[in-house]
Amino acid sequence: MSATSEPPSSAPRAWTTRLRERWLAELPPEKLLPDGQPSYVSSWIYVLGVLSLSSLVVIITTGVILALKGPTWWHDTGLGHFFNSMHLWAVELFFFFMVVHLWSSFWTAAWRGGRRRVWMTGAVTFLVAVPTALTGYVSQQNFDSQWISTQAKDAMNATGIGAFFNLMNFGQMYTYHVFLLPLAVVAIVGGHLLLVRKHGVVPPFEDQLLAAVAAGSSVAGTPGSSPAGQTDGGQSA
Amino acid sequence: MMTRAQRAAEDERYRTWKGPYRPYDIIKEGTIAISVIAILVVVLAILFSSPDDRAVTARQWARTMPVNFLQTATSELDGTSETATYGPPYNPYVSDSSKDTGAPDGLDDYTQHLWFIHLQQWFGVAHPINAAKDFVIDPLRTMPQQPALQAAINRYESASVSQQEAWSAAYTKALNKASVAGSGAVSVPAGSYGPVGEMMGELLVFARAGGLDGAILNSGQLYQTDYTKSLMFLADGNALTAKAEQEHLLGNQWGMMNETGSYPGQVWLWLYTFWYQISPFSTSTNADIDVMAIMTVLSLGLVLIPFIPGIRDIPRRIPLYRVIWRNHYNSLS
Repeated sequence: MSATSEPPSSAPRAWTTRLRERWLAELPPEKLLPDGQPSYVSSWIYVLGVLSLSSLVVIITTGVILALKGPTWWHDTGLGHFFNSMHLWAVELFFFFMVVHLWSSFWTAAWRGGRRRVWMTGAVTFLVAVPTALTGYVSQQNFDSQWISTQAKDAMNATGIGAFFNLMNFGQMYTYHVFLLPLAVVAIVGGHLLLVRKHGVVPPFEDQLLAAVAAGSSVAGTPGSSPAGQTDGGQSA
Repeated sequence: MMTRAQRAAEDERYRTWKGPYRPYDIIKEGTIAISVIAILVVVLAILFSSPDDRAVTARQWARTMPVNFLQTATSELDGTSETATYGPPYNPYVSDSSKDTGAPDGLDDYTQHLWFIHLQQWFGVAHPINAAKDFVIDPLRTMPQQPALQAAINRYESASVSQQEAWSAAYTKALNKASVAGSGAVSVPAGSYGPVGEMMGELLVFARAGGLDGAILNSGQLYQTDYTKSLMFLADGNALTAKAEQEHLLGNQWGMMNETGSYPGQVWLWLYTFWYQISPFSTSTNADIDVMAIMTVLSLGLVLIPFIPGIRDIPRRIPLYRVIWRNHYNSLS
């Protein structure tokens, strides 16, 4: 094969081409970074997702700083303790917003219209966040970590998990807390966000719409008058 | 109840929104949200700080609760402590029926199971602990400059198991009548407890001086990150529990979701800790595996809600969505 100065016109069987084409079909830039959203997205509950995400950003930022300084820094210095406080409160906010976000997603049956994976990745995020927080609590090297690790060990041991996940082994828990579990949370949240961007927020139940139409009311706006490229709903996470 | 075809048809209708759109700036929204949360977190950190109660040490325990320390250490020596009788992953599984550990009834092991599933037993001894050796004898062996103590240990180790148990039982009984001097020294009535009195007295002195914490932690190498043995020894006594009770952290105080001081703890564990408050779990010897099994099923249920008939229809039957989308529905009328 000889090299040419022109890029190949098409290589439909190339893995790279197929991946790019599939990516662009599933998630065109207009969906990934939308400048419009469906008219029904007009409630305070739609900020819960982005508030959860923002809390996660603060958790990771403060966590990286705490990790860079090492596990004893926050015990020994006022600045370290302050960053630990920010880390703790960001975690509390993260769980609060995430749980309310889950509830609001439940009451809107957000899995409808091919959005089951959106719901499932959101629920799994919560389930993975729980051990992520637990490993943080037992990595504190204070009374809290002594008490929590010696109490929680029984549940781990009863299920056999304790044989390879030892809450009293600081080295193991610290590794899980600063790397392995955050990596899992970020990966799942990333998948969740991409799915939300692909599918959009679930539309309202149609029974109300149909009832309104049956009663002779007109539908607000013009059907199909979406911004460029918006075929599915595209809105906040 | 909707038929499968009706549900599929409805699912298809909800797949794509064909109604109107309104302007939206995702980057601006994200930037504002992160800024608001960052400011909120800084304010909360300034106002409320965070808890950091110092770790409890064996030194502190031996100084503030010397009799409990000695009772616990003696139970480690004679194999009746919680750690000594725990079973996997710390020591071998001993069948309840054999009752051959010498422990009181109900203390032979803490191995839990669910029906025929014995996960704790099956995973075996992953973190071996020999309570007598790791918590008492080996730490005392680090003081070779005390010949009387070393002779006492030699005498104890060369005695028969029944003799060892008799000495420990006599010493444990004597501890019930112990008196504590102002200096913290513990006096027990004279009795036939052989070398155990000498060993325990020296262990208390060693612990009060701070040497026992390091001796139990010692793994034979300089670097150490595994605190299993130290924490198991502390947890066998009352030092941790007494402080935890003050802080409302006990299991029957919903402690799993509490935190030292008045701080919010792992509030998201409310359902998990709820089960421990009610019968039969509050009194079950298999409570931990029972609750873990329930929470595993519920967690799977949470993830799989979209596939569970009845549960997935609740939002339609209890129409809170009319509140959430009230602007939308109002715009239709």
